[in-house]
Amino acid sequence: MVKTTIPIEEHVAPGHMGCPGCGACLALRLALKALGKRTIMCVPACCWAVMPGVFPYCSIQVPVLFTAFETAAASASGVRAALDAKGQKDINVLAWAGDGGTLDIGIQALSGAVERRDEIIYICYDNEAYMNTGIQRSSSTPIGAWTTTTPVGQTRAWKMEPKKSGVEIMAAHRIPYTATACVSYPEDFVKKVQKARDIRGPKYIQVLSPCPAGWKSDPEKSIQIGRLAVESNVWPMYEVENGVYTVKKPTKKVAVKDYFRTQGRFRHLGEKDIEEIQKTVDSEWELLLKKEKMSQK
Amino acid sequence: MVKKLINGNYAAAYGAKLARAEVIAAYPITPQTAIVEQVADFVASGEMKAKYVTVESEHSAMAACIAAASAGARTFTATSSQGLLLMHELLHWATGARTPVVMVNVNRAVAPPWSVWADQTDSISQRDTGWMQFYSESTQEELDTVIMSYKISESPDIMLPSFTTEDAFFLSHTYEPVEIPDQAMVDGFLPPFDPEIKLDVDKPRGFGSLSMPHQWYMELRYLIAEAMDRSRQKILKVEKEWKELTGRSYGGLLDEYRTEDADVVLMNAGTAASTIREVIDKLRKEGKKVGLARIRSFRPFPTEEIRALGKHVHTIGVMDRSYTFGDGGAFFTEVKGALYNLKDRPAVKNFVVGIGGRDITMKTVEKLYDNLFKVRSGGLDAEKEWIDLKRPEVA
Repeated sequence: MVKTTIPIEEHVAPGHMGCPGCGACLALRLALKALGKRTIMCVPACCWAVMPGVFPYCSIQVPVLFTAFETAAASASGVRAALDAKGQKDINVLAWAGDGGTLDIGIQALSGAVERRDEIIYICYDNEAYMNTGIQRSSSTPIGAWTTTTPVGQTRAWKMEPKKSGVEIMAAHRIPYTATACVSYPEDFVKKVQKARDIRGPKYIQVLSPCPAGWKSDPEKSIQIGRLAVESNVWPMYEVENGVYTVKKPTKKVAVKDYFRTQGRFRHLGEKDIEEIQKTVDSEWELLLKKEKMSQK
Repeated sequence: MVKKLINGNYAAAYGAKLARAEVIAAYPITPQTAIVEQVADFVASGEMKAKYVTVESEHSAMAACIAAASAGARTFTATSSQGLLLMHELLHWATGARTPVVMVNVNRAVAPPWSVWADQTDSISQRDTGWMQFYSESTQEELDTVIMSYKISESPDIMLPSFTTEDAFFLSHTYEPVEIPDQAMVDGFLPPFDPEIKLDVDKPRGFGSLSMPHQWYMELRYLIAEAMDRSRQKILKVEKEWKELTGRSYGGLLDEYRTEDADVVLMNAGTAASTIREVIDKLRKEGKKVGLARIRSFRPFPTEEIRALGKHVHTIGVMDRSYTFGDGGAFFTEVKGALYNLKDRPAVKNFVVGIGGRDITMKTVEKLYDNLFKVRSGGLDAEKEWIDLKRPEVA
């Protein structure tokens, strides 16, 4: 017998155009396992706009509406409104977008949909840059990372600004449910998606999805890299449910430099640079634990 | 049938209500706002059974309408000026997705400087988006055209979005007695929207996926071109059906007034047509053979109708309430284009008028006819002319 809490049914067929070791590919496979086939997806410009394949083929086996870059959330609201108008209540509406489509160009529409309390599940698969266009920085690119628009050169070195926090922005909307996740923890991710499905109102999950092409990492190490991101507290795993924080504490403590060493995008950083980033990661972690303590009362 | 004293904005809202729009996604902008307010009232009172999505921008309004239509719902939105320009990307999208979204645009000037008054630059700028564009002259026409638009757009052999327009204030805020059609009559005229292909969990499909150069993109565009060409006959057919039910029709794609024996004809789109009609009646009494050809449908363009007109009228003045910088008014260039292959081409002059809501008075129109008679006898004095332009002395 298979011992897993993850549903066996597949809704993403083989034959997609994802790169070897693609975290986003695994993310969708798991998300659709969690949601099942009574799901309608809205997918803006992102890797997953290309990965399902070329018309008339589509390796995603639920209905997919491909949308303009900044409209994942507004489109999901539109689909939900149509289903409501038709009296169809038992269908999940999933907006599925990358970090650029979510936290840069699409954040206005996302903010609108969440503020309106539209009944949608929004999942941002976060590969920390514009990967489909070839590794340009987004607001979700972490501090210190090389991208093609934050090149390491004489006058400018890497991305100097901290990563924008999608989950904190959603928490500030008093969203019923928001969480971080990582493809390296599939049971946890599936559980969060299922939890989101069963909560009324808008839900937002940001799932860290390692990208070997953009992170300059070994495709066979994607899962390990995701784990290091969590264990180093660079990508803390937590949920915010109606304002209450629940933080998952890593069982193993890893230094930021051990996470960075797995990826070429951080190769240029010196010991001092990494020390600085380690300090920020530590203080952010402390702040998160305080939020958990304060919100749980 | 009830008669009510309403303005163009309320007429548009009644049109959406009578068409039983199921999803409304809307954002306020002057002078359109009364449309989305009235629709919100209809939904709140239960008179209209619809989902109303209070989006955070016009861009999201159009995105939500496209998505809702993809899921099989009849959609409605309204906008104006900057709002329409913000939607531009998604106007193309609605066409490519073959979603029959119906919208009302109140023609308002484009900033800067800020101006909320009548000007058709906003909708003319959407010429190449693949939307059908209908320009209304009266409040009644606005209401009737919204209902007809759904029937035209949703026809399985068309499946293209459309918008009707109202000149800001001249139509949006002017009250006229309007016949509100019976719901039962409209229901008989306009069946529920039931697209053959929609987002359906039992028949999963990808909508709008990637297409390579050697594959189907070009063919899909050709299908849109064919559908738009077919829409000319569809507009006439639907208007004929509407006339049988209500006794009202508006002249198809090109609405002509006293052109049969006219020596000179003015062409325009929108509310100035009513002023022109008054002038025509006055000048006709003086023995001057003048006429009007009102462009009611800009897309599809009334190419054949304009050619037929050009065969017997040899002096045409085209009025544009917008301007394409570096060329001329869009109506002017397109009218000229339609006439080019005629054996004996008429003289065509461009009058740029009413920009930013400047009034087009009877006096203005008389001046234009005077000018056209001079063109008729002495040839073109200028290809284009800005009318009633103030030219302050430069110190």
